[in-house]
Amino acid sequence: MLAKRIIPCLDVTGGRVVKGVNFVELRDAGDPVEIAARYNEQGADELTFLDITATSDGRDLILPIIEAVASQVFIPLTVGGGVRTVADVRRLLNAGADKTSFNSAAIANPQVISEASDKYGSQCIVVAIDAKRRSAEAQQQPDASGQPRGPGWNVFSHGGRKDTGLDAVQWAREMAQRGAGELLLTSMDRDGTKAGFDLELTRTISDAVGIPVIASGGVGTLEHLAEGVTQGGADAVLAASIFHFGTYTVQQAKEYMASRGIPVRL
Amino acid sequence: MTDSSKTLVVVDYGSGNLRSVWQAAVHAAADTPWQVTLSNDPAILRAANRIILPGQGAMADCMRELRASGLLEPVLQAAQSKPLFGVCVGMQMLLEHSEEGDTPSLGLIPGRVRRFALEGRLQPDGSRYKIPQMGWNRVHRSAAHPNHPMWQGIADGSWFYFVHSYYAQPDRPEHCAGYTEYGEPFASAIVRDNLFATQFHPEKSADQGIALYRNFLRWQP
Repeated sequence: MLAKRIIPCLDVTGGRVVKGVNFVELRDAGDPVEIAARYNEQGADELTFLDITATSDGRDLILPIIEAVASQVFIPLTVGGGVRTVADVRRLLNAGADKTSFNSAAIANPQVISEASDKYGSQCIVVAIDAKRRSAEAQQQPDASGQPRGPGWNVFSHGGRKDTGLDAVQWAREMAQRGAGELLLTSMDRDGTKAGFDLELTRTISDAVGIPVIASGGVGTLEHLAEGVTQGGADAVLAASIFHFGTYTVQQAKEYMASRGIPVRL
Repeated sequence: MTDSSKTLVVVDYGSGNLRSVWQAAVHAAADTPWQVTLSNDPAILRAANRIILPGQGAMADCMRELRASGLLEPVLQAAQSKPLFGVCVGMQMLLEHSEEGDTPSLGLIPGRVRRFALEGRLQPDGSRYKIPQMGWNRVHRSAAHPNHPMWQGIADGSWFYFVHSYYAQPDRPEHCAGYTEYGEPFASAIVRDNLFATQFHPEKSADQGIALYRNFLRWQP
């Protein structure tokens, strides 16, 4: 049967892989090819590169990184961060990416997901959704039919700074209908907390769409990774810091998941 | 040709994954006499010793691009005479017809390509089946080809990387080289004479995928 995937996420800026704590004090984490090769040897099922470069000037610097990694490491590579247009998809695929992840640009222009997926196939179009539980105040705001929206999650854009007012479940469905091949779902409430995934969010979205869902945000322990699958219903789990800082290896994570009866590639 | 000038050509008709396929093939050919080339030149394809036919995206687009590129004829010629490895949609094109866009295909292996019909069904762990099947799954050797040379050094049940919504259904069991379970068992590797093809992506399947490409360079059908 299909294995549940473990996906380490690497932050990239200025042409280097970096690691930081809560986006401050970024430190050079080493050579991208070496890091990618190490994760590959540990059994990572895919790698996600997140371009955290703030300006478009530095953005193209990720292309040589992807080229270098893709020539040496033969597992799927996803690139996210600043992907805006169908032309961006082409450039990243040409550099050796297998998937590209849209976020804010899909919110500004949902049609770009339809166009990119028509042109290059849904298998290479990931939509990243940053979701945050609605506050008591936000629950009182009226929906399209004039009723209070009630509990749920709103989609945020621009790195989590802007509340779009979109309902995360409806947004996930629309993205799937428009041809997204996969959703990368991050709980903003949990991101960086090490308190575990928002399992209710993960389960709700996973049950709402027929495409794979990658859970992200909040992993602090191996148990959290397993819960994302067993309780959250995720098809894959993404984590950054527990792997970067050497808390656990991917291999240890997989062995733990296997011990919990989760099918993984060992 | 002599051993010093063997050429493996990855057919460049504009398919999205051809660069990955080419890079993995280059990696597999390291320390061998093989030259690996990415080419859209019909003359180079005709002169090649072996061919890899990649494919990604919609079947109808792949068929159209293959025709428009002028490479259909040399690919068909290769299929008659030399080892050819089809990958993903490059595998699906070898059959007669695909449900995707109701597309007639190359007809080199009897059978059809169907869409997974798994909506509403649950996996053994209780989660729903997702389409596309995206991720790593096991490939088992078929009863017809338990010791096919392409499987040399690759354990039965090895993991390979899949991304697909459609799967091949060859008419004859002897054309199935390997199978995978996703809802039902389906043919994840097919074979006929000098043709071998996989639904999964060897170029994204880490060491096992490179091993399969290496076997392809040695295969004497």
